[in-house]
Amino acid sequence: MNLFRSLAFALFSFSVLAGGSLAAEPEVLLVIKNHKFEPAELKVPAGQRVKLVVHNQDGTPEEFESHDLNREKIVPPGAKVTIFIGPLKPGRYGFVGEYHEASAKGVVVAE
Amino acid sequence: MLGTAIIVFRETLEAALFVGIIAAATRGLAGRSRWLTAGVLAGSAGALALAAGAEHISALADGVGQDLVNAGILAVALAMLTWHCVWVSNRGAQAAAEARALGSSFTQGQRAPWALMIVVALSVLREGAETVLFVAGYATGSGPVGTVAGAIIGVLCGVALGALIYLGLSRVPMKRMFAVTNTMILLLAASIASQLARALSQAGVINVWGQPLWDTSPLLRIDSPVGTMAHALVGYEAQPTGLQLTFYALAVLVIVSGARWMRKAQAGQRTDSARRAIVRA
Repeated sequence: MNLFRSLAFALFSFSVLAGGSLAAEPEVLLVIKNHKFEPAELKVPAGQRVKLVVHNQDGTPEEFESHDLNREKIVPPGAKVTIFIGPLKPGRYGFVGEYHEASAKGVVVAE
Repeated sequence: MLGTAIIVFRETLEAALFVGIIAAATRGLAGRSRWLTAGVLAGSAGALALAAGAEHISALADGVGQDLVNAGILAVALAMLTWHCVWVSNRGAQAAAEARALGSSFTQGQRAPWALMIVVALSVLREGAETVLFVAGYATGSGPVGTVAGAIIGVLCGVALGALIYLGLSRVPMKRMFAVTNTMILLLAASIASQLARALSQAGVINVWGQPLWDTSPLLRIDSPVGTMAHALVGYEAQPTGLQLTFYALAVLVIVSGARWMRKAQAGQRTDSARRAIVRA
Protein backbone atom coordinates (compact mmCIF):
# COMPACT_ATOMS: atom_id res chain seq x y z
CA MET A 1 0.00 0.00 0.00
CA ASN A 2 2.86 2.31 0.95
CA LEU A 3 4.66 1.42 -2.24
CA PHE A 4 1.52 2.07 -4.22
CA ARG A 5 1.07 5.46 -2.56
CA SER A 6 4.65 6.55 -3.21
CA LEU A 7 4.37 5.33 -6.81
CA ALA A 8 1.22 7.37 -7.27
CA PHE A 9 2.95 10.38 -5.75
CA ALA A 10 5.98 9.94 -8.02
CA LEU A 11 3.70 9.65 -11.03
CA PHE A 12 1.77 12.72 -9.95
CA SER A 13 4.87 14.85 -9.42
CA PHE A 14 6.29 13.62 -12.72
CA SER A 15 3.14 14.61 -14.59
CA VAL A 16 3.15 18.03 -12.92
CA LEU A 17 6.80 18.51 -13.90
CA ALA A 18 6.20 17.24 -17.42
CA GLY A 19 3.07 19.36 -17.72
CA GLY A 20 5.00 22.37 -16.48
CA SER A 21 7.76 21.87 -19.01
CA LEU A 22 5.22 21.30 -21.79
CA ALA A 23 3.42 24.51 -21.00
CA ALA A 24 6.71 26.40 -21.04
CA GLU A 25 7.77 25.67 -24.57
CA PRO A 26 6.60 27.70 -27.54
CA GLU A 27 4.01 26.08 -29.76
CA VAL A 28 3.65 26.76 -33.47
CA LEU A 29 0.88 25.59 -35.77
CA LEU A 30 1.44 24.31 -39.28
CA VAL A 31 -1.56 23.57 -41.49
CA ILE A 32 -1.63 21.27 -44.50
CA LYS A 33 -4.26 22.34 -47.01
CA ASN A 34 -4.53 21.47 -50.71
CA HIS A 35 -1.19 19.65 -50.39
CA LYS A 36 0.55 22.86 -49.30
CA PHE A 37 1.92 24.02 -45.97
CA GLU A 38 0.53 27.15 -44.35
CA PRO A 39 2.56 29.10 -43.46
CA ALA A 40 5.30 27.97 -45.82
CA GLU A 41 7.79 29.85 -43.68
CA LEU A 42 7.65 29.16 -39.97
CA LYS A 43 9.53 31.37 -37.52
CA VAL A 44 10.64 29.71 -34.26
CA PRO A 45 12.96 30.83 -31.47
CA ALA A 46 16.48 29.40 -31.69
CA GLY A 47 18.12 27.58 -28.80
CA GLN A 48 15.03 26.00 -27.29
CA ARG A 49 12.73 23.11 -27.90
CA VAL A 50 9.63 23.92 -29.92
CA LYS A 51 6.34 22.08 -30.09
CA LEU A 52 5.27 21.89 -33.71
CA VAL A 53 1.60 21.03 -34.18
CA VAL A 54 0.79 19.85 -37.69
CA HIS A 55 -2.88 19.87 -38.69
CA ASN A 56 -3.73 18.02 -41.89
CA GLN A 57 -6.93 19.56 -43.28
CA ASP A 58 -6.80 17.51 -46.48
CA GLY A 59 -8.73 14.30 -47.00
CA THR A 60 -5.51 12.45 -47.77
CA PRO A 61 -2.59 11.43 -45.54
CA GLU A 62 0.69 13.31 -45.64
CA GLU A 63 4.15 12.61 -44.30
CA PHE A 64 5.96 15.52 -42.72
CA GLU A 65 9.60 14.95 -43.54
CA SER A 66 12.68 17.01 -42.85
CA HIS A 67 16.23 15.75 -43.15
CA ASP A 68 17.48 19.08 -41.79
CA LEU A 69 15.36 18.73 -38.65
CA ASN A 70 15.85 14.96 -38.44
CA ARG A 71 12.10 14.42 -38.31
CA GLU A 72 9.60 12.21 -40.12
CA LYS A 73 5.98 11.67 -39.23
CA ILE A 74 2.76 10.58 -40.88
CA VAL A 75 -0.18 12.93 -40.51
CA PRO A 76 -3.45 11.06 -41.21
CA PRO A 77 -6.25 12.98 -42.94
CA GLY A 78 -7.90 15.42 -40.55
CA ALA A 79 -5.43 14.65 -37.78
CA LYS A 80 -3.48 17.02 -35.60
CA VAL A 81 -0.08 15.64 -34.54
CA THR A 82 2.72 16.95 -32.38
CA ILE A 83 6.36 16.95 -33.41
CA PHE A 84 8.99 18.24 -31.02
CA ILE A 85 11.88 19.96 -32.79
CA GLY A 86 15.12 21.58 -31.71
CA PRO A 87 16.71 23.20 -29.82
CA LEU A 88 17.89 24.67 -33.14
CA LYS A 89 20.84 26.85 -34.03
CA PRO A 90 19.82 30.00 -35.91
CA GLY A 91 19.27 29.08 -39.55
CA ARG A 92 16.88 27.72 -42.15
CA TYR A 93 15.61 24.14 -42.03
CA GLY A 94 13.68 22.82 -45.02
CA PHE A 95 10.80 20.36 -44.79
CA VAL A 96 8.46 18.68 -47.29
CA GLY A 97 5.29 16.64 -47.43
CA GLU A 98 6.76 13.43 -48.76
CA TYR A 99 3.56 12.47 -50.57
CA HIS A 100 3.39 15.77 -52.49
CA GLU A 101 6.95 16.96 -52.71
CA ALA A 102 6.17 19.14 -55.70
CA SER A 103 3.77 21.44 -53.83
CA ALA A 104 4.18 20.70 -50.12
CA LYS A 105 7.36 22.53 -49.24
CA GLY A 106 8.29 24.78 -46.37
CA VAL A 107 11.05 26.06 -44.18
CA VAL A 108 11.53 26.52 -40.44
CA VAL A 109 13.47 29.69 -39.68
CA ALA A 110 15.14 29.64 -36.29
CA GLU A 111 16.27 33.02 -34.98
CA MET B 1 1.40 5.92 -60.74
CA LEU B 2 5.18 6.27 -60.87
CA GLY B 3 5.12 8.62 -57.87
CA THR B 4 3.07 6.09 -55.89
CA ALA B 5 5.44 3.29 -56.92
CA ILE B 6 8.48 5.24 -55.71
CA ILE B 7 6.93 6.14 -52.35
CA VAL B 8 5.71 2.59 -51.73
CA PHE B 9 9.09 1.22 -52.81
CA ARG B 10 10.84 3.46 -50.27
CA GLU B 11 8.48 2.34 -47.50
CA THR B 12 8.82 -1.35 -48.41
CA LEU B 13 12.58 -1.37 -48.94
CA GLU B 14 13.66 -1.49 -45.31
CA ALA B 15 11.36 -4.35 -44.36
CA ALA B 16 12.21 -6.28 -47.54
CA LEU B 17 15.97 -6.04 -46.94
CA PHE B 18 15.38 -7.02 -43.35
CA VAL B 19 13.45 -10.15 -44.28
CA GLY B 20 16.09 -11.02 -46.92
CA ILE B 21 18.91 -10.84 -44.39
CA ILE B 22 17.01 -12.80 -41.75
CA ALA B 23 16.12 -15.44 -44.36
CA ALA B 24 19.81 -15.79 -45.22
CA ALA B 25 20.80 -15.92 -41.55
CA THR B 26 18.41 -18.80 -40.90
CA ARG B 27 19.52 -20.82 -43.91
CA GLY B 28 19.47 -24.54 -43.19
CA LEU B 29 16.97 -24.21 -40.40
CA ALA B 30 14.12 -26.70 -40.53
CA GLY B 31 10.72 -25.14 -41.25
CA ARG B 32 12.27 -21.76 -41.86
CA SER B 33 9.97 -20.76 -44.71
CA ARG B 34 6.96 -21.53 -42.59
CA TRP B 35 8.21 -19.31 -39.79
CA LEU B 36 9.22 -16.50 -42.08
CA THR B 37 5.85 -16.58 -43.84
CA ALA B 38 4.09 -16.57 -40.47
CA GLY B 39 6.15 -13.54 -39.43
CA VAL B 40 5.39 -11.63 -42.62
CA LEU B 41 1.67 -12.50 -42.47
CA ALA B 42 1.36 -11.54 -38.81
CA GLY B 43 3.16 -8.28 -39.57
CA SER B 44 0.87 -7.55 -42.51
CA ALA B 45 -2.26 -8.21 -40.46
CA GLY B 46 -0.88 -5.95 -37.75
CA ALA B 47 -0.11 -3.27 -40.34
CA LEU B 48 -3.73 -3.26 -41.51
CA ALA B 49 -4.94 -2.91 -37.93
CA LEU B 50 -2.40 -0.19 -37.13
CA ALA B 51 -3.31 1.75 -40.27
CA ALA B 52 -7.02 1.45 -39.46
CA GLY B 53 -6.35 2.88 -36.01
CA ALA B 54 -3.87 5.51 -37.20
CA GLU B 55 -6.16 8.49 -36.78
CA HIS B 56 -7.08 7.42 -33.29
CA ILE B 57 -3.46 6.63 -32.32
CA SER B 58 -2.02 9.88 -33.66
CA ALA B 59 -4.43 11.86 -31.49
CA LEU B 60 -3.32 10.02 -28.33
CA ALA B 61 -0.87 11.45 -25.80
CA ASP B 62 -1.34 15.01 -27.01
CA GLY B 63 -0.43 14.18 -30.61
CA VAL B 64 2.62 11.98 -30.05
CA GLY B 65 0.77 8.63 -29.84
CA GLN B 66 2.21 7.47 -33.15
CA ASP B 67 5.79 8.07 -31.99
CA LEU B 68 5.15 6.23 -28.74
CA VAL B 69 3.72 3.22 -30.61
CA ASN B 70 6.71 3.35 -32.97
CA ALA B 71 9.12 3.57 -30.06
CA GLY B 72 7.44 0.56 -28.45
CA ILE B 73 7.73 -1.49 -31.64
CA LEU B 74 11.37 -0.49 -32.09
CA ALA B 75 12.22 -1.24 -28.46
CA VAL B 76 10.76 -4.76 -28.66
CA ALA B 77 12.53 -5.38 -31.98
CA LEU B 78 15.81 -4.20 -30.47
CA ALA B 79 15.39 -6.43 -27.43
CA MET B 80 14.66 -9.45 -29.64
CA LEU B 81 17.66 -8.79 -31.88
CA THR B 82 19.96 -8.30 -28.90
CA TRP B 83 18.75 -11.53 -27.38
CA HIS B 84 19.30 -13.31 -30.67
CA CYS B 85 22.80 -11.92 -31.21
CA VAL B 86 24.00 -12.60 -27.67
CA TRP B 87 22.37 -15.92 -27.00
CA VAL B 88 21.12 -17.76 -30.08
CA SER B 89 23.65 -16.91 -32.77
CA ASN B 90 26.50 -18.03 -30.53
CA ARG B 91 24.97 -21.42 -30.15
CA GLY B 92 24.42 -21.59 -33.90
CA ALA B 93 28.06 -20.82 -34.63
CA GLN B 94 29.14 -23.29 -31.99
CA ALA B 95 26.90 -26.01 -33.41
CA ALA B 96 28.33 -25.31 -36.86
CA ALA B 97 31.89 -25.62 -35.54
CA GLU B 98 31.09 -28.88 -33.77
CA ALA B 99 29.41 -30.26 -36.86
CA ARG B 100 32.51 -29.38 -38.86
CA ALA B 101 34.72 -31.04 -36.29
CA LEU B 102 32.63 -34.20 -36.54
CA GLY B 103 32.68 -33.98 -40.31
CA SER B 104 28.93 -34.08 -40.46
CA SER B 105 26.82 -31.79 -42.56
CA PHE B 106 25.46 -28.91 -40.58
CA THR B 107 21.87 -27.96 -40.08
CA GLN B 108 20.79 -25.47 -37.49
CA GLY B 109 18.41 -28.00 -36.04
CA GLN B 110 14.74 -27.89 -35.24
CA ARG B 111 14.57 -24.87 -32.98
CA ALA B 112 12.15 -22.22 -34.09
CA PRO B 113 13.97 -18.88 -34.18
CA TRP B 114 10.99 -17.13 -32.65
CA ALA B 115 12.94 -14.00 -31.70
CA LEU B 116 13.81 -13.41 -35.34
CA MET B 117 10.26 -14.13 -36.42
CA ILE B 118 8.92 -11.51 -34.03
CA VAL B 119 11.46 -9.06 -35.42
CA VAL B 120 10.35 -9.85 -38.99
CA ALA B 121 6.71 -9.34 -38.02
CA LEU B 122 7.49 -6.02 -36.30
CA SER B 123 9.51 -4.80 -39.25
CA VAL B 124 6.68 -5.59 -41.67
CA LEU B 125 4.19 -4.11 -39.21
CA ARG B 126 5.95 -0.75 -38.96
CA GLU B 127 6.76 -0.21 -42.62
CA GLY B 128 3.54 -1.87 -43.77
CA ALA B 129 1.28 0.39 -41.71
CA GLU B 130 2.70 3.50 -43.40
CA THR B 131 2.29 1.91 -46.82
CA VAL B 132 -1.30 0.86 -46.14
CA LEU B 133 -2.15 4.31 -44.80
CA PHE B 134 -0.66 5.97 -47.85
CA VAL B 135 -2.24 3.67 -50.41
CA ALA B 136 -5.67 3.65 -48.70
CA GLY B 137 -5.61 7.45 -48.55
CA TYR B 138 -5.08 7.82 -52.26
CA ALA B 139 -6.82 4.75 -53.65
CA THR B 140 -10.17 6.26 -52.65
CA GLY B 141 -9.40 9.56 -54.35
CA SER B 142 -8.64 10.19 -57.99
CA GLY B 143 -7.24 7.36 -60.08
CA PRO B 144 -7.61 4.38 -57.74
CA VAL B 145 -6.38 2.02 -60.46
CA GLY B 146 -3.15 3.95 -60.97
CA THR B 147 -2.56 4.16 -57.22
CA VAL B 148 -3.07 0.46 -56.64
CA ALA B 149 -0.99 -0.47 -59.72
CA GLY B 150 1.78 1.85 -58.54
CA ALA B 151 1.64 0.36 -55.04
CA ILE B 152 1.91 -3.18 -56.43
CA ILE B 153 4.91 -2.19 -58.58
CA GLY B 154 6.53 -0.50 -55.57
CA VAL B 155 6.04 -3.53 -53.32
CA LEU B 156 7.34 -5.89 -56.02
CA CYS B 157 10.48 -3.76 -56.51
CA GLY B 158 11.08 -3.80 -52.75
CA VAL B 159 10.58 -7.56 -52.57
CA ALA B 160 12.92 -8.00 -55.56
CA LEU B 161 15.64 -6.11 -53.73
CA GLY B 162 15.07 -8.26 -50.63
CA ALA B 163 15.34 -11.38 -52.78
CA LEU B 164 18.52 -10.00 -54.36
CA ILE B 165 20.25 -9.53 -51.01
CA TYR B 166 19.10 -13.00 -49.96
CA LEU B 167 20.55 -14.55 -53.12
CA GLY B 168 23.76 -12.57 -52.69
CA LEU B 169 24.14 -13.76 -49.10
CA SER B 170 23.32 -17.34 -50.12
CA ARG B 171 26.50 -17.37 -52.19
CA VAL B 172 28.59 -16.78 -49.09
CA PRO B 173 30.14 -20.13 -48.08
CA MET B 174 28.45 -21.67 -45.04
CA LYS B 175 31.71 -21.38 -43.09
CA ARG B 176 31.68 -17.61 -43.24
CA MET B 177 27.91 -17.26 -43.25
CA PHE B 178 27.53 -16.68 -39.54
CA ALA B 179 30.22 -14.03 -39.42
CA VAL B 180 28.57 -12.15 -42.29
CA THR B 181 24.93 -12.42 -41.22
CA ASN B 182 25.76 -11.81 -37.56
CA THR B 183 27.53 -8.59 -38.49
CA MET B 184 24.60 -7.51 -40.65
CA ILE B 185 22.11 -8.29 -37.91
CA LEU B 186 24.29 -6.40 -35.41
CA LEU B 187 24.20 -3.31 -37.65
CA LEU B 188 20.45 -3.68 -38.17
CA ALA B 189 20.03 -3.73 -34.40
CA ALA B 190 22.19 -0.62 -34.03
CA SER B 191 20.17 1.06 -36.77
CA ILE B 192 16.95 0.24 -34.91
CA ALA B 193 18.48 1.72 -31.74
CA SER B 194 19.21 4.94 -33.61
CA GLN B 195 15.64 5.08 -34.96
CA LEU B 196 14.37 4.50 -31.44
CA ALA B 197 16.44 7.50 -30.28
CA ARG B 198 14.83 9.66 -32.95
CA ALA B 199 11.29 8.51 -32.11
CA LEU B 200 11.89 9.37 -28.45
CA SER B 201 13.29 12.81 -29.34
CA GLN B 202 10.43 13.48 -31.74
CA ALA B 203 7.88 12.56 -29.08
CA GLY B 204 9.62 14.84 -26.59
CA VAL B 205 10.29 11.93 -24.21
CA ILE B 206 14.05 12.52 -24.22
CA ASN B 207 15.20 16.09 -24.50
CA VAL B 208 18.97 15.84 -24.53
CA TRP B 209 21.56 15.60 -27.29
CA GLY B 210 18.98 16.42 -29.94
CA GLN B 211 21.33 18.39 -32.17
CA PRO B 212 23.01 16.88 -35.21
CA LEU B 213 26.73 16.42 -34.61
CA TRP B 214 27.78 16.67 -38.26
CA ASP B 215 26.37 16.82 -41.75
CA THR B 216 27.63 14.45 -44.42
CA SER B 217 24.85 15.23 -46.92
CA PRO B 218 27.33 16.87 -49.33
CA LEU B 219 29.10 13.49 -49.46
CA LEU B 220 26.08 11.19 -49.41
CA ARG B 221 22.53 12.48 -49.37
CA ILE B 222 20.19 10.35 -47.27
CA ASP B 223 17.49 10.52 -49.99
CA SER B 224 19.85 9.37 -52.76
CA PRO B 225 19.58 5.69 -53.81
CA VAL B 226 22.90 4.80 -52.15
CA GLY B 227 22.01 6.84 -49.06
CA THR B 228 18.64 5.09 -48.79
CA MET B 229 20.32 1.68 -49.02
CA ALA B 230 22.97 2.67 -46.48
CA HIS B 231 20.23 3.89 -44.15
CA ALA B 232 18.31 0.63 -44.47
CA LEU B 233 21.35 -1.64 -44.07
CA VAL B 234 23.62 0.06 -41.53
CA GLY B 235 21.48 2.95 -40.25
CA TYR B 236 23.30 5.69 -42.13
CA GLU B 237 22.20 9.21 -41.20
CA ALA B 238 23.56 12.33 -42.88
CA GLN B 239 22.87 14.43 -39.80
CA PRO B 240 22.86 12.10 -36.78
CA THR B 241 22.07 13.58 -33.39
CA GLY B 242 24.15 12.93 -30.31
CA LEU B 243 21.36 10.78 -28.90
CA GLN B 244 21.18 8.66 -32.05
CA LEU B 245 24.93 8.06 -32.03
CA THR B 246 24.84 7.19 -28.35
CA PHE B 247 22.03 4.66 -28.87
CA TYR B 248 23.81 3.22 -31.92
CA ALA B 249 27.14 2.83 -30.10
CA LEU B 250 25.47 1.42 -26.99
CA ALA B 251 23.64 -1.23 -29.04
CA VAL B 252 26.91 -2.32 -30.69
CA LEU B 253 28.73 -2.32 -27.37
CA VAL B 254 26.06 -4.30 -25.48
CA ILE B 255 25.67 -6.89 -28.24
CA VAL B 256 29.37 -7.40 -28.95
CA SER B 257 30.43 -7.60 -25.30
CA GLY B 258 27.37 -9.68 -24.43
CA ALA B 259 28.17 -12.19 -27.18
CA ARG B 260 31.83 -12.33 -26.10
CA TRP B 261 30.88 -12.89 -22.47
CA MET B 262 28.44 -15.60 -23.46
CA ARG B 263 31.08 -17.35 -25.56
CA LYS B 264 33.51 -17.33 -22.67
CA ALA B 265 30.90 -18.61 -20.23
CA GLN B 266 30.01 -21.45 -22.57
CA ALA B 267 33.65 -22.32 -23.20
CA GLY B 268 34.19 -22.38 -19.42
CA GLN B 269 31.23 -24.70 -19.04
CA ARG B 270 32.64 -27.04 -21.65
CA THR B 271 36.08 -27.27 -20.03
CA ASP B 272 34.43 -27.83 -16.66
CA SER B 273 32.32 -30.72 -17.87
CA ALA B 274 35.30 -32.19 -19.75
CA ARG B 275 37.36 -32.02 -16.55
CA ARG B 276 34.57 -33.65 -14.59
CA ALA B 277 34.35 -36.41 -17.21
CA ILE B 278 38.08 -37.06 -16.89
CA VAL B 279 37.89 -37.16 -13.10
CA ARG B 280 34.99 -39.58 -13.25
CA ALA B 281 36.87 -41.82 -15.68
